[in-house]
Amino acid sequence: MHPPRAASPELIYFSTRSGNTHRFIQKLDLPARRIPLERGAPTLEATSPFILVTPTYGGGEVRGAVPAPVIRFLNDDANRALLRGVIAAGNTNFGAAYGLAGRIIAEKCGVPLLYRFELLGTDEDVTRVCKGVREFWTRPS
Amino acid sequence: MATATSRLTRVQAINWNRLEDDKDLEVWNRLTSNFWLPEKVPLSNDIPSWNTLSEPERRLTIRVFTGLTLLDTIQSSVGAPTLMPDARTPHEEAVYANIAFMEAVHARSYSSIFSTLCTTREVDDAFHWSEENPTLQAKAELVLERYRAEDPLMRKVASVFLESFLFYSGFYLPMYWSSHARLTNTADLIRLIIRDEAVHGYYIGYKFQQALAEATPQRQEAVKAYAYDLLLALYDNEVAYTESLYDAVGLTEDVKKFLHYNANKAMMNLGFEGLFPAELCDVDPTILAALSPGADENHDFFSGSGSAYVIGRTVATQDEDWAF
Repeated sequence: MHPPRAASPELIYFSTRSGNTHRFIQKLDLPARRIPLERGAPTLEATSPFILVTPTYGGGEVRGAVPAPVIRFLNDDANRALLRGVIAAGNTNFGAAYGLAGRIIAEKCGVPLLYRFELLGTDEDVTRVCKGVREFWTRPS
Repeated sequence: MATATSRLTRVQAINWNRLEDDKDLEVWNRLTSNFWLPEKVPLSNDIPSWNTLSEPERRLTIRVFTGLTLLDTIQSSVGAPTLMPDARTPHEEAVYANIAFMEAVHARSYSSIFSTLCTTREVDDAFHWSEENPTLQAKAELVLERYRAEDPLMRKVASVFLESFLFYSGFYLPMYWSSHARLTNTADLIRLIIRDEAVHGYYIGYKFQQALAEATPQRQEAVKAYAYDLLLALYDNEVAYTESLYDAVGLTEDVKKFLHYNANKAMMNLGFEGLFPAELCDVDPTILAALSPGADENHDFFSGSGSAYVIGRTVATQDEDWAF
């Protein structure tokens, strides 16, 4: 369904075994590839401009908020050069740390934090992100 | 319903260096690093604020916290221990032990609030009220019935509903006071509890989804229907409970929105879609901000109306900078 090497803009996402972010991505029905969960797995290579979708980890601290596989992925200069925006999953129960991974990546990489959603995302989140992502790629930069 | 599950058949020494599910360690680390005690929060700073509350407002607050104490007590002494025999790994059992203890800390915290702010008489009255209040007792009974029943999947469903839904008719009030700059230290303590409950609901829901995935399609459908039925039964009771508490201060409708919002999150923790449509979940932005500062800000860059989205300055990035 989704080509392994996307020639057009795509979403790149991470999701743990609990699969919340994965399920959100499935509902979007947009070209998307998943950063591998396993430490030993070959890391993903971005081949076109992409938006990163990531959950937030930890209990509210900056340290550990960005999942380690996402850090490894962004440690690759070539991947980072193609990053255009970030969408973060989280839970408002974590207070000020809601979606913290998105804020950290946005600040570090100089890209906009495009959206935040909770857990699996609601239908409204899906509609907004679908529309927003399509428009984002067509707007003049 | 079939109740087959892969229970641990004997006790083995737990080896944290041999994980069957790395989520167990991830959640253990998260819970232990979140550990706190009520003594950490300067509750006595709320005494002047407490004295500004009217007598009905104080009574409401004490009753709300007594209701929360009951739920924490159930989860500590029955809920979390009930999940242990169903554990799929020894590490999962250890996480439930942590949850059980932390729920005891939560229950104990309300007594710290009471001893700091209230008279013995006021508190005794509230505990008496909690034993007589039919909707509070019905809520406890609806959950305890599932804990006593022989279906391990429904035990987890009931547990997630307690952790992720039933607390919120109570959590609303300290967030409301906090948004009006009252009892702000008490609200800080409640936020620690709210953070813990999020991890509990997430983890129990994750283990539920793992077990459900192994069930037959018929059983999956039955459990899902059963979960929605239980949510609706709890919701109906929650509305009555909310009315009995909040009608007097005119906040019932606002609390209900908070209930809908959190009921949907509870369903999501179980891997199901939310039940309540968005228009019933438009929680007052000041309550949302009290829960999560900045959550009321529009981070919707896409809509073009986002005033607060982050765009960082680019900094030369070295690999070692990524050691968040």
